Amino acid sequence: MTDGDLTQTWVYLSASPLLGLTVTLLAYCLAHRIYLACNQNPLVNPVLTSVTLLIAFLMLSGIPYDDYFSGGQFVHFLLGPATVALAIPLYQQLDKLKRLWLPITVAISSGAFIGALSSILIAWLLGASEQTQLSLAPKSVTSPVAMGIAEKIGGIPSLTAVLVVLTGIIGAVVATRLFALLRIGDDSIKGIAMGVAAHGVGTAHAFTLSSQMGAFSGLAMGLTALATAVIVPWLVDWLGSLTLVAGLVS
Amino acid sequence: MNFVHGITLLLAYQLVGEISVRLLGLPVPGPVMGMVMLFLTLVVRGRAGAALDHAAPALLSHLSLLFVPAGVGIMVHFGRIADEWVSISIAMILSTVITLAGTAGIMLLMTRLMAKRGAGND
Repeated sequence: MTDGDLTQTWVYLSASPLLGLTVTLLAYCLAHRIYLACNQNPLVNPVLTSVTLLIAFLMLSGIPYDDYFSGGQFVHFLLGPATVALAIPLYQQLDKLKRLWLPITVAISSGAFIGALSSILIAWLLGASEQTQLSLAPKSVTSPVAMGIAEKIGGIPSLTAVLVVLTGIIGAVVATRLFALLRIGDDSIKGIAMGVAAHGVGTAHAFTLSSQMGAFSGLAMGLTALATAVIVPWLVDWLGSLTLVAGLVS
Repeated sequence: MNFVHGITLLLAYQLVGEISVRLLGLPVPGPVMGMVMLFLTLVVRGRAGAALDHAAPALLSHLSLLFVPAGVGIMVHFGRIADEWVSISIAMILSTVITLAGTAGIMLLMTRLMAKRGAGND
């Protein structure tokens, strides 16, 4: 085998979807092993590790993101059917949903509203650009839905995807201490708050603490996705008209 | 065959969701609409069935994997993040703490109100 053969093989590989798809799965398998080896510590969340590994690989090999994504899109596409599949765990919680529907509905819709409004306002106060504010708005919702929302309101879906993962990690890390500080002991309440603020990453962490907390967190994650998808586009319109009015007044 | 049937069902609901969102001009993403439709179907039907019981856990047990290709997209936004990392991180951390505490507080208040009412009715 000569250098020419090697170069030709590399030219073929770096442009083929096969490479992007395979390295995605390899990175995830490795990241998942590290996660298990660290007792599912949220700081070594498999998404964060895989993304870091893949970016390092792409930068070292000089493959542009678009070429990588020609393979990565096959994994990415499954987010759609996975979102639809969230209906099944939600359905499995139907009994709890019927019993506690009023407090759950009120807590989740206000939580979704607080999450979106506080992130937009804080980012705006600190002088972040409008596109960044809009990408932050759906940060507490599970990625497939958050990316759909970001696209709809003029944020950057890929930036949102990363902010969503980081938010989940933050939620999983701070929640236990925050609940102890606030003296909240009820697992159903802790679960709902976790699912609203920290979606799937928080839910995975909640399951390691107690199965009841996990179930409620999963339920809250599904309902928050729904509530935020309805609330955020409306909230952004409303805030937009407010700044317009403020602009006219000043 | 169960897995293939399950995936087909999920994709069909997503497709119907996407179409109805576009035709009706709704603000919700198509897959969320598909999720709502599937949930209502399950409530009416009374069970998920073998096909969905196979396909859903297969997709959801490694939900994290599906976020990876989009997450790698951060490399395209390195410039923006370098410029705005302070406001982005403060907004994320503060807003997450506020959301956790706010949601837990409202849920606590609501369950106590309900318990009081229930005790009053007895």
